[in-house]
Amino acid sequence: MSASVTESRLTRLFEKLKEQDRAALVTFITANDPNPELFRQLLEGMPTAGADIIELGMPFSDPMADGPSIQLSSQRALKAGVTIDDVLGAVKRMRELEMDTPIILMGYYNPIYRYGPAEFAQAAANAGVDGVIIVDLPPEEAEELNQNLREHNLHMIFLAAPTTDITRLPRVLDHASGFVYYVAVKGVTGTKSADMTEVGARIAEMREQTDLPLGVGFGIRTAAQAAEVARFADAVVVGSAIVDIIADGIDDDYRPEAGLSARVLGFVKDLSDGVRTARSVDGAEA
Amino acid sequence: MADARNTYRDGPDEAGHFGLFGGRYVAETLMPLILEVERAYEAACGDPSYAKELASFNAAYAGRPSPLYFAEPLTEHFGGAKIYFKRDELNHTGSHKINNCLGQILLAKRMGKTRIIAETGAGQHGVATATVCARFGLDCVVYMGAKDIERQKPNVFRMKLLGADVRAVDKGSATLKEAMNEALRDWVANVDDTYYLIGTAAGPHPYPTMVRDFQSVIGEELRGQMDTAEGRLPDTLVACIGGGSNAIGLFHPFLDDADVRLIGVEAAGKGIESGEHAASISGGDPGVLHGNRTFLLQENGGQIKDAHSISAGLDYPGIGPEHSWLHMQGRVDYVSATDQEALDAFQLCSRLEGIIPALEPSHALSYVGKIAPELPADHLIVMNLCGRGDKDVFTVADALGIEMGGEL
Repeated sequence: MSASVTESRLTRLFEKLKEQDRAALVTFITANDPNPELFRQLLEGMPTAGADIIELGMPFSDPMADGPSIQLSSQRALKAGVTIDDVLGAVKRMRELEMDTPIILMGYYNPIYRYGPAEFAQAAANAGVDGVIIVDLPPEEAEELNQNLREHNLHMIFLAAPTTDITRLPRVLDHASGFVYYVAVKGVTGTKSADMTEVGARIAEMREQTDLPLGVGFGIRTAAQAAEVARFADAVVVGSAIVDIIADGIDDDYRPEAGLSARVLGFVKDLSDGVRTARSVDGAEA
Repeated sequence: MADARNTYRDGPDEAGHFGLFGGRYVAETLMPLILEVERAYEAACGDPSYAKELASFNAAYAGRPSPLYFAEPLTEHFGGAKIYFKRDELNHTGSHKINNCLGQILLAKRMGKTRIIAETGAGQHGVATATVCARFGLDCVVYMGAKDIERQKPNVFRMKLLGADVRAVDKGSATLKEAMNEALRDWVANVDDTYYLIGTAAGPHPYPTMVRDFQSVIGEELRGQMDTAEGRLPDTLVACIGGGSNAIGLFHPFLDDADVRLIGVEAAGKGIESGEHAASISGGDPGVLHGNRTFLLQENGGQIKDAHSISAGLDYPGIGPEHSWLHMQGRVDYVSATDQEALDAFQLCSRLEGIIPALEPSHALSYVGKIAPELPADHLIVMNLCGRGDKDVFTVADALGIEMGGEL
């Protein structure tokens, strides 16, 4: 497998953070959740609040790997009728303001398959997207999309799971690009807390097999947990905990209460503080 | 799209693809599990004691072989082709679903799994799963849409009597699609002890193949039975299709008999043109859902549409991948029947044959009624009567405007 994406916004970021000896904070929100206006405020505010990488959920009607929080956020976004073009449009607008923060899209394959893998890769690259995570495309089925992504210098980021044992791991690593996303729990998003000792051991094991940055997500809900992961991982992904703040701050018609975007971005700031100081406090070293 | 093939029975390829269709579109957490299921199934197929054990349970527990029955009153009624029923509704638990459940539960036991999960629509697969779990002493959790729980109450109670934990899924359309989403989420969260017993010939490889293999007992029996009855092969086989497990089980042993016409009947709900139907091939497009690429009901943006059918067992926006492939090959004809046509056939069969069929095969029977009158008397049609209708009496009463608590 040729790793054709050699230099990108994502690789430059990880280079930079390596020099700074800190992990990246990856924040997840679903496109157009709870409505296009608030989503836009959140997206535009993320870099300043401390997000190093923004992960945007592309809503799907049947998010089989997601727990209740992200299921509901997808439903809210779909109710407003969000499409792939809407998601890419939001990225494009963001790129008029901000060129440094990598943006990766996360979703399920059917909307992309329907859009056309080649058309999608081209449109995503044009919009300023840096990579994609497609939950239901394991390495065995990914080439149909990945060959198109490589052509446009886009990373296809693969998941490794607690069930991905040592014999299967090379299969995932062979295809991986950008970073490897380790799923910290056996479960769907937002439902269990990660066991840090176990996760740390798996990350150490994976380090022996790849030079790619290693991110950890699923089951990280607090700044303290984020900091704990940031001691040994190269990226920390927080999703459901952010989405839950949105869900708690809207009424039945998805109208946000006053100050909601500040509250969400304040939480991102807390996460970021945790991640940025993780390796300097308590003398903890990975 | 049809090409000249030596056989239609050699699929899928190693990665579980039937041409464009099938495959393994699941989250990485599940990949190692389905690879383990595949290895375990291959090992079981190579072990004669597994086949022997399955055959023994099929005979003494499920009641196989199911009879081949000449439906003389309906044959006379339609006044054309000679109509036979393959009586899979006489199986233990009342449908063909037990064929698959026995095969998979014996596999789960070999794998050392202690907890079984399943999705169910009409409840027939749920009941069959709960049954084999009771028999083999395994924990059983069945996911079922809240709407289906409402319309299939007798089956819900049967599952509970059998010791299953029936979990209502109230998301989205609250039917089979959502039940399958929840079952997949459960599996991701309980990977160590849990086996997912999928009920139809869909999902990630190896499920479509495995379920087909277990259901092929239907078609294999039919070959011998028809030879005994008529001394030859049947001319036309008809089966209803939701996910398509009873249909693929009936068709597969005949795929290479070019003279045998194969017809799959999808649920047209309120009519294909109404948009409220469950006919994935007649009214859908290729897409990816629930672990496989297949024909799906979907919007232009790739969001999955809710299906509609009076029959909870057919109320699913997809179809097994091998059917999608057989459709593209032109080997099987896929047609459809509406809610109303199924209701009419349901009542006709009850009155003329003394058999209350499930609403699912009532769709198939409705199509038999369309073609039989035009065919000669020596034309042999076999319809798979894949389930009995006891579970549907509430739904049918409701559709006919009869209050079950009142004057019947």
